Amino acid sequence: MNAVRRSLGNGVVQAFLVLVGLVWMTPLAGLFLSSLRSAEDTAKGGWWTVLSSPGQLSFDNYSALLQNAGITRAFWNTVLISVPTTVLVVVVAALAGYAFAWLDFPGRETIFLVVVALLVVPVQIGLLPVAKLFGQLGLFGTIPGVVLFHVAYGLPFAVFLLRNYFAEMPKEMLEAARMDGGTEWRIFTRLVLPVGRPAIASLAIFQFLWVWNDMLVALLFADSSAQPLTVELQSQIRQFGSNIDVLAPGAFLSLIVPVVVFFAFQKHFVQGVMAGSVK
Amino acid sequence: MTATLVKETSPPAPPGPVAERTRRLRRRGKIVALLFVFPALLLLGALVVYPVLFSVGRSFFDASGTTFVGGDNYTEMFRDPATLKAVRNTAIWVVVAPALLTGLGLILAVLVEKVRWATAFKLLLFMPMAVSFLAAGIIFRLAYDEDPDKGVLNAAVVSVHDAFKGESSYPTARARDGQGLTKEKDGSYRSAAAAPGDALTLGLVGVQPADLPGDARPAAPAAGQKAAADELRGVVYLDFTPGGGGEQGKVDARESGLPGMKVEAVRDGEPVATATTAADGSFRFEGLESGSYAVRLPASNFAPPYEGVSWLGPALVTPAIIGAYLWIWTGFAMVLIGAGLSTLPRDALEAARMDGANEWQIFRRITVPLLAPVLTVVFVTLVINVMKVFDLVYIIAPGPVQEDATVLATQMWLVSFGGGNNQGLGSALGVLLLLLVVPAMVFNVRRFRRSQR
Repeated sequence: MNAVRRSLGNGVVQAFLVLVGLVWMTPLAGLFLSSLRSAEDTAKGGWWTVLSSPGQLSFDNYSALLQNAGITRAFWNTVLISVPTTVLVVVVAALAGYAFAWLDFPGRETIFLVVVALLVVPVQIGLLPVAKLFGQLGLFGTIPGVVLFHVAYGLPFAVFLLRNYFAEMPKEMLEAARMDGGTEWRIFTRLVLPVGRPAIASLAIFQFLWVWNDMLVALLFADSSAQPLTVELQSQIRQFGSNIDVLAPGAFLSLIVPVVVFFAFQKHFVQGVMAGSVK
Repeated sequence: MTATLVKETSPPAPPGPVAERTRRLRRRGKIVALLFVFPALLLLGALVVYPVLFSVGRSFFDASGTTFVGGDNYTEMFRDPATLKAVRNTAIWVVVAPALLTGLGLILAVLVEKVRWATAFKLLLFMPMAVSFLAAGIIFRLAYDEDPDKGVLNAAVVSVHDAFKGESSYPTARARDGQGLTKEKDGSYRSAAAAPGDALTLGLVGVQPADLPGDARPAAPAAGQKAAADELRGVVYLDFTPGGGGEQGKVDARESGLPGMKVEAVRDGEPVATATTAADGSFRFEGLESGSYAVRLPASNFAPPYEGVSWLGPALVTPAIIGAYLWIWTGFAMVLIGAGLSTLPRDALEAARMDGANEWQIFRRITVPLLAPVLTVVFVTLVINVMKVFDLVYIIAPGPVQEDATVLATQMWLVSFGGGNNQGLGSALGVLLLLLVVPAMVFNVRRFRRSQR
């Protein structure tokens, strides 16, 4: 009796979870199917009509998108912003993380507590002052400006994550390396970085996706020649409804890179996000 | 620095030079350490710490930045209707979204343990975390579209509604005055009194010939038939001959029947029989007792079509955007809670099961209390993130509804850069955002210090 009820209960649970899964997939499926339909078909009916007339589907929107100079330049800008940001965050945070974990300097504990406090500082508070600062330095509107801003606001979490990871390294290992006469730089590049690879990978993936997906920072700091895909698409949202044949494939192009990265490195990404909770 | 340890283990040497050397090495070590942290501290200092201080200072000055106004920007925040709206909406977000997400994440984390495809399910729900708010915004702009022929949500709502309430076939149809049909207060039409054995012709106008159902047939043949003694029959037809001609109130040869019309036979105000018209507009009620009847065309035939819900209208826009937010963050809550779940002591759960506790009791009395620390972390994380929500609101709310959906982050943007151009008030809003996350800051610092002991 109990077993029957349990297996019945399990059937209900399975059905419920399948339903939830379908609900979760529908919006994304809707975007993808919309991106494959012509403007005329979109005006006539919803994307679900392809289930009865699959002839509507074609890659014409995508080939048009790749001919669109604004979109392709924005795509490359996205790459030019997110790759250097990721590299810089990892390098700068690894250096600092190692110092906070194993090197001795005055005020080490206090400064690190400040870094922990900075974890939750909202990006918004930096927009106005940094815009003024970049204006004076001639960085406003440029890709390096956007990169620097992202690096600075990515650092608290990055330093926090790597310092905690490095601090777990066995003390004997470092002391042995020091006794062998290695300089700190050598120890850092030959020992700390290789040992820290899992944490660095998590950080890099998390940071890459974060910057790739950013809109707010680039909306302010990038001028029209430096703007990434998110800002380019955002600028077309005003005509929403009449330009689904541009917006839908554009949005799909912008999300396919993170989704592929996510599936390729899901373990690292999930770890990165979980370590970043309470950020 | 590198030699320090070696020196300490080596045999005693003259104290003076060694102490000198150790000190020098230690100083060099400090310089090396500072070189390691310098890039990070420079960036954090110039682009994070300095801006915080600058914003705090700037928030005490007016729009142009020349006049000190004290706390005026902060009182203005709660007086200006637009900013006040943003404060209220942010409060709604903070109260609703984290609680819903934590609850949903907890339920799903517990349930997904029971199926074998848990990993696939977790991946699917976590994936939206990798998608940008912009893309998610476009996805949900599409899904929430008000036109049921475009937005999948309204398409679903309308089809469910029509399945239960019935689809009205002729929203524009009406009867001409004085030609047999009288309009009732509730929107239905009623014929003059009739008795079994009568045949009625009920003419309507106001339907475009192009809007007629494809199976509609001319009504004239059916209109000519006689009714049996216990039968009341008739046709409902479109009293309009395409291309002109024809006589009002008469079924002319080319005039079409109106199929799919609901018809009721009414006696003493109560419907006693119902029918639906055939392709030629004919209907018949058989086996009626003799007496006086009327034929009624219920209002549902003429109701305007149901258009679904105005998701992105002023009333529902915030709940709608919170819905999109749930799509993105539920996977996060579920995975984090699931990780906590896997560390629960199995034997405690098994012991409870052996003692005959049911699943609900186990969930309520054991799982939830043991998970409390994890649930707190998830909740706090979500509160912090919800307070900063910007892109989703900016993208999903259509232009005219922006001010109904506005939250602190979007308002701060609008006031500072989007035409408001009041950087004093903008800075004050930024500082308010920062103040709101100070409890989380304290929580983080405390948690870190505790972990260091």
